[in-house]
Amino acid sequence: MSDAVFSVLMAMIGGAIRVSTPFLFVALGETLTEKSGRINLGLEGNLVLGAMVAYATSYSTGNPWLGVLAAGAAGMVLSAGHGWICKLPKVNDIAVGIAFMNLGTGLAFFFGKPFIQPTAPRLDAVALGNWSATPQVRQALLVNPLFFVGLALAVILWWMLKSTRWGLTIRMTGDSAASARAMGVSVDRVRLLTTASGGFLAGIGGAFLSLYYPGSWNESLSSGQGLMAVALVIFARWNPLRCVWAALLFGATGALGPALQSIGISQGYYFFNAAPYILTLVIMIISARSEAASRAAPSELSIVK
Amino acid sequence: MSVISPTMRRRFRPDARIATIAEAILIPVGALIVAALVFSVFLLVLGKDPVRFFGLVWTGGAASAFSLQNTLQRAAPLILTGLAFAVPARIGLTLLGAEGALVLGGFTAAVTAIPMIQAGWSPWIGLPLVAGIAMSVGGVWVGLAGWLRHYRGVNETISSLLLTYIAIAIMNFLVEGVFRDPGSTNKASTMPLSADWRIGDIPGTSVHWGLVAGLILAALLWILMERTTFGFSARIAGGNLRAAQAQGLPVGRLAIASCAIAGACAGLAGFFEVVAVHGQANASLAAKYGFTGILVAFLARQNTLAVVPVACLFGALAASGGLVQRRMDMPDATMLVLQGIIFVTLLVSETFYGRLPFFRTSQSGDRT
Repeated sequence: MSDAVFSVLMAMIGGAIRVSTPFLFVALGETLTEKSGRINLGLEGNLVLGAMVAYATSYSTGNPWLGVLAAGAAGMVLSAGHGWICKLPKVNDIAVGIAFMNLGTGLAFFFGKPFIQPTAPRLDAVALGNWSATPQVRQALLVNPLFFVGLALAVILWWMLKSTRWGLTIRMTGDSAASARAMGVSVDRVRLLTTASGGFLAGIGGAFLSLYYPGSWNESLSSGQGLMAVALVIFARWNPLRCVWAALLFGATGALGPALQSIGISQGYYFFNAAPYILTLVIMIISARSEAASRAAPSELSIVK
Repeated sequence: MSVISPTMRRRFRPDARIATIAEAILIPVGALIVAALVFSVFLLVLGKDPVRFFGLVWTGGAASAFSLQNTLQRAAPLILTGLAFAVPARIGLTLLGAEGALVLGGFTAAVTAIPMIQAGWSPWIGLPLVAGIAMSVGGVWVGLAGWLRHYRGVNETISSLLLTYIAIAIMNFLVEGVFRDPGSTNKASTMPLSADWRIGDIPGTSVHWGLVAGLILAALLWILMERTTFGFSARIAGGNLRAAQAQGLPVGRLAIASCAIAGACAGLAGFFEVVAVHGQANASLAAKYGFTGILVAFLARQNTLAVVPVACLFGALAASGGLVQRRMDMPDATMLVLQGIIFVTLLVSETFYGRLPFFRTSQSGDRT
């Protein structure tokens, strides 16, 4: 019995690290965008488009890291479109996000058709568990380098927002567009840049999906991870470091179904698939009216108004 | 402090009212034309012929009686899901829950009908009852997003989309488990409905009765939104929430009620998908009608009557999809790209309301 519990636990830890990486990248990108006072609901589109572009690039060049870069670039182009449209007067940024979710997914499916069959070179994992003789531990500690890139990015982003001039400008734009304008800051340009950079990060999150885990390109690759990451940002109170913990928590929930299946409990597999969505909803209900969350929220943000 | 928005004030002046209507028709049509041009460039870059593409859309969607019926068949659920987005949008809520309500409504319709069939009930009593159950389930499901929005301050856009994913997962769980018909080997499904419980086509056509239900609901909801105090209050709350609260309007109840109406429309769409199209519930219920309905409602400017022709337009795109795929050797996602482009140009076009000199009347200057 304790063997089974151990297996599930290790599978969940390993799964948490694996599943959390795309959440982490999207959440960091969204944090950057939302800090400047704009919301981008379209990152789900970036995730899917990024996954396809990464897989296609890796397949045609043979270099998965080029794929990661191309995915970021594709995400950046898509979000730059979002940023450009949102600066027009009377345009609703939530609706634009929904439109770009559709457009990104559509483009990915359209150009992705020829890449569903072939196998592209994938990203290699770093084995951190060689000290252990237990196969479950070794399996769980096979960690993709992108996870560490994500951790480093979280720290850099946290420091950038907290202690640099750029960070101050972004926070000011997010808290009061009027004072930013008074300081001579171009609000539209700041938001365009943060939206585009956020889109770059979300695209990389997509690259992880197709090049590492699950590790192939198909049309059901992402099912709302990009959107859950937006909810995750609210839960993390717009703090990049908290995003790491929140992403790990989401990853662990997402890994619950497969972990139980690994020891033969497949009853309710489909129900466990719903666990991350239910968790997101519960977290949103808890954090929606919390004092701490409303203090941390950028006051220009349409979603918290 | 006035509750009456400039748009409403313009209604009382005939010439201004005509300008408003002309603007509300011409700007979306212009956006459609721009989208068609952008998509043509996309096709040209890929070395495909745009003229041939739009010709095939015409052939597959409208040219013959067969293709017209195919279009209307696909427009039926789109009318209902378009209404499901449009009604809460009038009160300022952006809901993505129609897909989930459709799936759950269709699923409950399929599983509640089975015991009634086994008990030998007449379909004349049973089907309306099942339709009511499907609508209630959809209404409660989307109403939950409205309730969370009003009483807990949870963003309704995200919560309703999460509820959609949860609904699809619940359906898959139950269809794969408790309610699985042991006879369905290929694709897990519920027990098929008996032939007398299937709703047939409108006589003389191959279009199911869901289209008529959609037309009736579109008309009823238009009356509700434009000619009753409920609709008036909802529109005020959508225009200016604070003002509506200051006037003592029951904003929370209005929001939840409009969400429940939305869910009921989508649930009814699910009911027709089961009793008229599939005959059982399975994963093909999640055919993205709920999501296309969002685009339908946007293009119709949230007007429930305008939802009908717009739904037919997107029905035609869906109906001609197969033809375009075969004749031009293009993937099925072609229509998704076109829809995405239409959506984006449509939102860009929002910026032109009240800013085109052609539609300006003496009072339109005070529109913000």
